[in-house]
Amino acid sequence: MNSYQLRIVTPERPFFEGPCTFLIVRTEDGEIGVLHGHTPLVSPLVPTVVDLRLENDSEGRRYLAVSGGFLEVRPDKVTLLARTAEWAGEIDQERAEAARLRAEEHLLDTAADRERARFAKRRAEARLQAARAEQGPAARLAHDRSAG
Amino acid sequence: MAENLKAIRRRIKSVESTRKMTQAMKLVSAAKLRRAQERASLARPYAEALKDVLEELAKGASGLGHPLLTERPVKRRGYIVLTSDRGLCGPYNSGVLRLVEGQRQAGAVVMVAVGKKGRDIFRRRQDEILAEFAPIGDNPDYLLAEAIGQAASTAFLSGAVDQVDLVWSASVSSVLSRPKTERLLPVVPPAAETALSHVAPLFEPSEERVLAGLLPAYVNGVIYSALVDAKAAEHAARMVAMDNATRNAGDLIRSLVLVRNRARQAAITGEIAEIVGGAAALV
Repeated sequence: MNSYQLRIVTPERPFFEGPCTFLIVRTEDGEIGVLHGHTPLVSPLVPTVVDLRLENDSEGRRYLAVSGGFLEVRPDKVTLLARTAEWAGEIDQERAEAARLRAEEHLLDTAADRERARFAKRRAEARLQAARAEQGPAARLAHDRSAG
Repeated sequence: MAENLKAIRRRIKSVESTRKMTQAMKLVSAAKLRRAQERASLARPYAEALKDVLEELAKGASGLGHPLLTERPVKRRGYIVLTSDRGLCGPYNSGVLRLVEGQRQAGAVVMVAVGKKGRDIFRRRQDEILAEFAPIGDNPDYLLAEAIGQAASTAFLSGAVDQVDLVWSASVSSVLSRPKTERLLPVVPPAAETALSHVAPLFEPSEERVLAGLLPAYVNGVIYSALVDAKAAEHAARMVAMDNATRNAGDLIRSLVLVRNRARQAAITGEIAEIVGGAAALV
């Protein structure tokens, strides 16, 4: 399968660089998959799980969570400008779950900053989703079904 | 004479311990400088990638409109001033503050104080402080940049200020820094380098929406770059200042030792004279 050079950068440090065959992210418009030869594109991301297929990785799939940013596709390379990025394996599920519950509480609270709470909730969900995806397709399917 | 000798000895000891401290501070700053430089270089790829995207957008689309891009007559200027939390760093803060001082004549100014030193000065001068971020510590993170960017953008959009400049001590080389001003708001889209010959990208969902997301990120990115650059400059300035202080202490000790030896010799000579005098009287 044809691959392309993928770069994931965050404001504080470059996060990842390497050949990639396929990736899925969620943009403001919805999920998008990028294969080799994708048309040049720039699109803002919502907090999302990123599903990567790396070229030379025996495990095949890698997952990470990003909390917003941009996807930039160029003819020669693809860049993810992520506000923050975490490999799924580094995510503390309990903390993410706690953050999600806290954000939901804030959403019910009329005095709180709704916009921020909604963002926090989406970010926590992306992190949970990434962590579950890493644990296996079974957990992922179960979660997707329960999320409806 | 004996009193004088004692005083000199005490003085030498005190200067010696000062030298130990400045020496230690110099070493600490050198280590922190290395780390700060590393952080600054790690921040570069993101800043450059973001700038590329904005260039692309500015080139592809004509007549982009966004509140953060809109110029208006400047009645009140805002300054985001990056200073250190602590002193003993030579001309690091004074240079930045002098630069801001120079702008004061041009019209009303409002400050966003970042770092304790600047904040304290602006408070003392009773400047209008829009927001303050202090202390900022040794490793300012991106969250801090976001908070500063948020404060600046809000002030600009609400009309509280018509222009926002960023002022900091920019590293010129690893030991030299120079105060620098850069316009932050309204955003000046980076000028695209001569036509990269490739297909203009699609902007999804729309150029406006991409721009609306990109501009705040760009502003925050510029602030973050300045923050890490200023930190590197601060540690460099402190390292140089402490190096000078250590050297001065060494010079001072050397001249004090000379004085001490002379005084000691004089005391000994005096004692011998007394003994000889006493012996002569007995004979």
